[in-house]
Parts: sequence; C-alpha cells; structure tokens
Amino acid sequence: MKIHEYQGKEILRNFGVAVPEGEMATTLEQAYTAADQLFSSGHKVVVVKAQIHAGGRGKGGGVKLVKTLEEAAAASKAILGMQLVTHQTGPQGQRVRRLLIEAGSAIDRELYLGLVVDRASGQVVFMASPAGGMEIEEVAHETPEKIYKEYVDPRTGFQPYQARKLAFKLGLQPSQIGEAVKCMMGMYRAFLDSDCTLMEINPFISTKDHKLLALDCKMNFDDNAMFRHKMLRELRDISEEDPLEVEASKYALNYIKLDGSIACMVNGAGLAMATMDIIKYAGGAPANFLDVGGGASQEQIENAFGILLSDSNVKAIFINIFGGILRVDVLAQGVVNAARNLNVSLPIVLRLEGTNVEEGRKILAESGLNFQVGATMKEAADLVVAAAGGATRQQN
Amino acid sequence: MSVLVGKGTRLIVQGITGREGSFHARGCADYGTKVVGGVTPGKGGMIHEGWPVFNTVEEAVRETGANATVIFVPPPAAADGILEAAAAGIPLIVCITEGIPVLDMVRVWEVVKNSRSRLIGPNCPGVISPGKAKIGIMPGLIHKEGSVGIISRSGTLTYEAVYQLSERGIGQSTAIGIGGDPIVGTTHVDALKLLNEDPDTEAIVMIGEIGGSNEEAAAAYVREHVKKPVVGFIAGQTAPPGRRMGHAGAIISGGEGTAQSKMEAMRAAGIHVAVSPAEIGATMQRVMGK
Repeated sequence: MKIHEYQGKEILRNFGVAVPEGEMATTLEQAYTAADQLFSSGHKVVVVKAQIHAGGRGKGGGVKLVKTLEEAAAASKAILGMQLVTHQTGPQGQRVRRLLIEAGSAIDRELYLGLVVDRASGQVVFMASPAGGMEIEEVAHETPEKIYKEYVDPRTGFQPYQARKLAFKLGLQPSQIGEAVKCMMGMYRAFLDSDCTLMEINPFISTKDHKLLALDCKMNFDDNAMFRHKMLRELRDISEEDPLEVEASKYALNYIKLDGSIACMVNGAGLAMATMDIIKYAGGAPANFLDVGGGASQEQIENAFGILLSDSNVKAIFINIFGGILRVDVLAQGVVNAARNLNVSLPIVLRLEGTNVEEGRKILAESGLNFQVGATMKEAADLVVAAAGGATRQQN
Repeated sequence: MSVLVGKGTRLIVQGITGREGSFHARGCADYGTKVVGGVTPGKGGMIHEGWPVFNTVEEAVRETGANATVIFVPPPAAADGILEAAAAGIPLIVCITEGIPVLDMVRVWEVVKNSRSRLIGPNCPGVISPGKAKIGIMPGLIHKEGSVGIISRSGTLTYEAVYQLSERGIGQSTAIGIGGDPIVGTTHVDALKLLNEDPDTEAIVMIGEIGGSNEEAAAAYVREHVKKPVVGFIAGQTAPPGRRMGHAGAIISGGEGTAQSKMEAMRAAGIHVAVSPAEIGATMQRVMGK
C-alpha cells in the first residue's frame, strides 16, 4: 500500500521529524486559504504540489513555486484536476485530486535518507547520501561510494551512534548533528511502527540558515501487516489505484493490469509469471497477472473471470492451472459457470494438470461450450496467441 | 540418502486441528511421512484423526521425539510459531504460511540464524524426497523417485518442473521449495549446498524469480563449488518494474533483480538456462544425455 506525500509528512511529524509547514487542499478555495495563511505568517515562497501516488511530479509540471497569492491561485487552478503524466504514471497520466500547499525553503544542500528491508542480510538498513534530489538508483549505479549504510541489529534497534555516524558522513555542521539524529531516530521509529517496507526522504535538506527539513517523503507499507494498522488502512486512496485491481482485491485475488491482449488466469505467483513469459515467447502479450491462489472456490473463479472480461483490450483468455491444493474439477466447474453466466464470447484456451485433472477435463467436454485445450504450456500458449489474432511481436 | 526429509523424519504439525493443517497432515502421512502428532494451543490432550494434540511445541517434542515440524498457523501468529519451534530445538522447521509481515521475519531470522534449527520458507510448498517422505502441500503423485534435485521459490512452478521431468522418466532426489518471501530461512545458496553434497543427487534444477539478488549469489556459488550439471529458469521475464507479482519477493526495483541480469549470471556460471518455462524438462534431458 502507498500513501500521499502529505500523509507521509503527517506521520513523520508525529515522530519528531521536521517537515515544512503546509496543508492539503481538495478545492481551489482550500488551496487559496492555505496559501494566504502561509504568506500572512511571513513566508516569501509557497510551493503548490500535486498529490498523486507517483514520482517525477516536478518534471511533469505538478510542482510550482509561487511568490504571491495570485500566482498561488493560478498554479492551483492549473494543477488541480490536470492529467499529470510522469515516468511512473504511464502515458495516460494520473488525475490530480489533491494539492499540498507548503511553505518554500531556501535550500543549501539536498541530501537523501532512506530505510529499507535488506533481503541479503535479513535486516533493516538505514541509507544516507549527500547526493540528494536525484533518483537513488542512479546514485547507486554511478557513484555507489556516495551511499552510506548502517545495518540495524533487530535485537537493539537503530542506535543514536549509528545516526551520528551517518550525519557526520553527510558532512553536516556540528550544530546540526543533534537535530539530524533526532530526525533519523524518528524515521526509524515511524518505519517500525507503521510496518513499512520502504521509507525515503529525498531530498532531506539543509536550509541556508542551517535548518534540516524533510522536503519530500515516500512510504510503502507491507500489505501483509495492514491487519494490525487500522489507522493506516484509512489512509488508502483507492482513486489512485487501478479500478480493476481494486475490484480484484475485494475477492482476495492477486491481479495486476498490464497492456497486452491475452488475459491469464493461473494458480501460484511463480507459474503466473512463467505463463506471462511463455505468452511473450509465443509472440503475444499478456493483459494481466492473475494468481487465483491455492484454495480458490468456484465463486472466486467466477469473480476472476468477471475482472478479466472488464478489460476491453482482452481478445483471448488463457487458463493455466496446475492443481495442487486447488482441484482441477473445482476450477473447471467455475470456468463453465462463469462462461455461461457472463455469456463469454471470447476464445478460451485451457491447460490443466494435477489433482483431479480427468474429472476437470470431463466437466469441460460435457459443458457443450467451446474451449480449446492445450496438452502442454507451449501448445496452449501457441493456441491462445493464434486465437487472439496472431503474433503481435517478433520473438526474441 | 536424501536431504532434509526421509524415513527417519518424525513430523509434528503446528495448527493440526485447522482446516489446512488437518488436510495436509493426512496428505503427508498418506505419502509415507511419519506424522507423530500436532500442536494447537488449548486443545492439548485431544486426539485428532488418530494423532495426539499438544498445547506447546516443547511438550510435543518431549512426548513424541519429533525432529521436524510443519507450520500451518495463520499469518498474524506464524512468526510466533516459528520462534516456538526454534526454542524447542527442532532441527527442521518448514513454514507453509503465506503473508507473514516482513518485519516479523526480520526478528525471527535473527533468532533462527543463531539457533540449531533450519528453517524452510515461509510461504513455500515444503520439501519432498519422492518415494520416501514429504513435508508440505505438494501433490505427491506427480513425483518420481530419482536423482535430480530441485530448488524453487514457487509452488506450482515447481510442480510444473517436476511434471516435465517425470513425464520424461527423469526422477527427483529432493525438491526444496524455499519460499517466495523477501526473507526466507533457506536461500538458493543454502539449498544448492545441500543438494551438491548429497550423493544421491546427480543434477540440479534451480528455478528463480525476479527480485533480490539470491539467484545471482547462487550462480556465483555454482561457478565456485558445483560440479553437477545445473539447469536454471527465471520467472518474470515480462514483468513490469516496480510491481509486486504476487510473491512479496518478486519485485524489480531500481534495475536490481531483473530476469535478464539473473539469466546472464546463470549463463556465466555455466548453468544451462531454459528461456521458456516449457523447456525445463527438455533442457535437463539434454544435459543428462538421456
């Protein structure tokens, strides 16, 4: 789960991390009032920031610096409601429904602070870099020596001495070290307390008058831990998510929309990814990732079908099931029911193997419906690509 | 000899009175695994489908002499279940549970890595030595006794690989499902080590996924230490970056963990890479010269 920048900053503020003064606005009136307050309290510069769940907002025109109330009103009007396109939104962009109206800062240095769960060590790692304001992946690739890391011992947690080490390596002034340590300790506590998988402040700035501030904030939460975070669950903004993915999540289906024409229904995440791969090698393109899981019921299969069919790009459906816990006859009955109830007219290709496969094949054969069955993954993939109108891409 | 499981395995089931635990306890026993009891707090003293139920793992171990446990406890309590098993000193812990919070696993791993226990999983199908025993949820029928070891993060994709091998008359020594989570107790490298040292394993299939750098580490290990032929496959070659593909571990971030980089690392280590998932069995057949 992801949240907006303004929500992340609110969490950080609660954990003692310094963030700029600001307010969220969903209307032009609210934006105006917020800007008015900031100018009235003496701020010379105000920032109008689009709030969407994607990075690269500045480059896409979703962030504007303004010096007067009139400019603030004009910037708010331009950004609120716009279709913001960034490298993370895709070409269709994302509609801006919220703004953050924030006090501007006189930036002296841009730094990076981040926390992530490191798979290799099985520990949380705190990262800091003097190369803030850039994509950290780029820094890691080009100048890895500019990323400092402190691994957190789970028995003691992140310690002040580790925060001090990072602060000194960042080249902060002696007078800033205390505040930097406070911010970092706050970040760590927020990370732990909110079950984050990733937290980044980029940039973390030092102002011309030596103040430290979190100018941006990115937090990803562990979906598996959301059962114990009622407050965080309420921060979810489903208007930022794909409607089909939201629908799928209601039925506990693991669905990700892609842009091809062959819908896939598979059990197990690994096999689902492999199915997408084999479609590609057969010359087609997958319309989605869908893992119906190990214990899918007939109802879930029907719901999954409904979701696959609501994607208007879909020209054919590929069902690849290796029955383990999920019995093939249960799946076959679900597919037959769905095809009848939803009046499916698209070609369906199945590849079935595993527990109760004979019963499953019998149900399909006796249904009188038009299914094609592939004996192997390869054969089924070739069939479904042909059914969807042939190869769309050269095999590579 | 087989690795991890065999005729000497004495298995308890944590969560034995639950739907999944009960079903798969039967499945393991039917396959020939010696299931000696189970644990469900508050139901100690009961007999469940012929097996004694205990309140704590410690008690179950003391009374049954169990040397392995399989965990079917729901995600909020599963980390606690692993820690209880480790505290009871059980040599082999297999955790099937999917959906354990990753920060729970950070704490669990700190304890388990310093304990006497080996952890397989979480979020895995388990371990099977065909013809001998299984600890897990895989369908036993598709397996065939033989000499190919299998390592995989994924459940059904492992079944697919096993099926392709069995269809060609190639049997398996041990199939280890290491699990799809970011933090797992046994990594590709650990599992490779076990199969490499197993005299009954002549060749190895290693199935990886996008995300992390486990497969790259495994490739480096193969290059240095493994003389047995290895066939590799990476799932997720067409997955878009930044999206989690079901398994919490399967996410490409910042250019790290792409299928391309993993396949290149495998090839550089002399691993025979099957580009298509339909070619895993055929590739092994060619490599073994059968």
